[in-house]
Amino acid sequence: MSTETAVATVKKESLFSKKNRKLLVDPLDDSNPITVQVLGICSALAITVQLQQAVIMSLSVLFVMIGGNVIVSLLRNMIPDRIRIIVQLVVVASLVIIVDQVLKAFQPDISEKLSVFVGLIITNCIIMGRLEAFALANKPGPSFLDAIGNAMGYAWILLAVSIVREVFGSGAISLPGMGQVKFLPTEWFMSEGGFYENNNLMILPPMALITVGIIIWIQRSRNQALIEEN
Amino acid sequence: MAIDKNSTGYTFIFSIAMVVVVGTALAFTALSLKDRQDANAADKKMMNILGAIGVSADRTNANALFAEYVVERVAIDLDGRQVSATSLAVDPKDKADPFSIDVKKDYRASIKSAVKAADGDEAALAAALSDKDLEFPLFRCVTDAGQNLYVIPVVGSGLWGPIWGYVALEDDMTTIFGANFDHKTETPGLGAEIKESFFTVKFKGKKLNKEGKALFSVLKGGAPTDENSVDGITGGTITSKGVDEMINRTLQVYLRYFESQTRAQR
Repeated sequence: MSTETAVATVKKESLFSKKNRKLLVDPLDDSNPITVQVLGICSALAITVQLQQAVIMSLSVLFVMIGGNVIVSLLRNMIPDRIRIIVQLVVVASLVIIVDQVLKAFQPDISEKLSVFVGLIITNCIIMGRLEAFALANKPGPSFLDAIGNAMGYAWILLAVSIVREVFGSGAISLPGMGQVKFLPTEWFMSEGGFYENNNLMILPPMALITVGIIIWIQRSRNQALIEEN
Repeated sequence: MAIDKNSTGYTFIFSIAMVVVVGTALAFTALSLKDRQDANAADKKMMNILGAIGVSADRTNANALFAEYVVERVAIDLDGRQVSATSLAVDPKDKADPFSIDVKKDYRASIKSAVKAADGDEAALAAALSDKDLEFPLFRCVTDAGQNLYVIPVVGSGLWGPIWGYVALEDDMTTIFGANFDHKTETPGLGAEIKESFFTVKFKGKKLNKEGKALFSVLKGGAPTDENSVDGITGGTITSKGVDEMINRTLQVYLRYFESQTRAQR
């Protein structure tokens, strides 16, 4: 009985405690998985051509991240040490397969565009990293918050990069379920005799890297603590 | 009660329990979503077939447009004999419907290895495939202008993985009305370009060469083309060759069917 109440009070405290707020907020800036830890870069570069893909990808990662962190955290006292990496892999892989199947059933077009990158969430270093570094040693509550924090840290970079790339590369913005909305009149485009031309470089992968680089630059100039000393 | 969670016995039991739980969960998910996924795949197939005859459809109207333009679905065997034909509404669950013939699966299961073993020898290929009991679907469409078109699915191998597409022939069974291609994992910017319109538009109006060595050729980049060939993709030589191979191999089967049809009409 006493342990139960103790857990309950810890949980109640934890949601408001400074330490747990840090779990949520830190990955957005100070320990951002993409710009500071430079993890999960491959998918961030590959699927940020359109906003709708980035939104779906972010939601998928959020789901896998929360599910993985909470499940591994619940099992943390039962998982044999020798096979813990395999157990983590199985948990993540199952969640990713579920996401993939759901996308194929409900968002077939976006699923086609994301193609292998949904499957590659399995190898996304952010997820395995958080499972190994956090969920294995912490209670489900904090692990849940840690998952949301890191997934959001991943998501906002993805969304920011994809908005920049889609606006300048395609002259449009797209959201899942709404399709692509072009906000420039067609007659403005050069092909229709106008003066505007989309920047094709924006659509190519190198520009994603450069955009991420610019975000890192802005972030470090604002947050001097991130700059390493030589 | 203390269990040594690092003992071998516990590790085995844990692994077995985990596999059972995960397997059940995944099997349940896959089964409960299968109907929707199959419907999506059928829509996509209809969109591709309609694309080959120049009708652009999306997922919302693919079914309606398919019913409007595709008047008959025929299944033929390797010798060009008609096996079945139907004009009823498409039922993706009906295995006897020519629409349900999975050409990609057939290719993977039996044609691919036979093509490789035959190494360009047509007689050997025909012999290897003769006992496989293969069926080939054909879609007869009528355009708004009343033109009869025949849409033929083709499947082959690119550099990294499968490539496939649809070729639409005109009434004379010689002129190509349109084509579209897709791929699984070809190199972006090189082989992957076969799905782009700049490549597929070159097929329009070209003719099959029924007397020559090859029905149709996709030539290596830059070579002069005639009415029986198109320019391949520079840097995508093996993918282009794959397109060439799948068109020649598949259309031959259908030409046997067309010939028997015209003989029957006389």
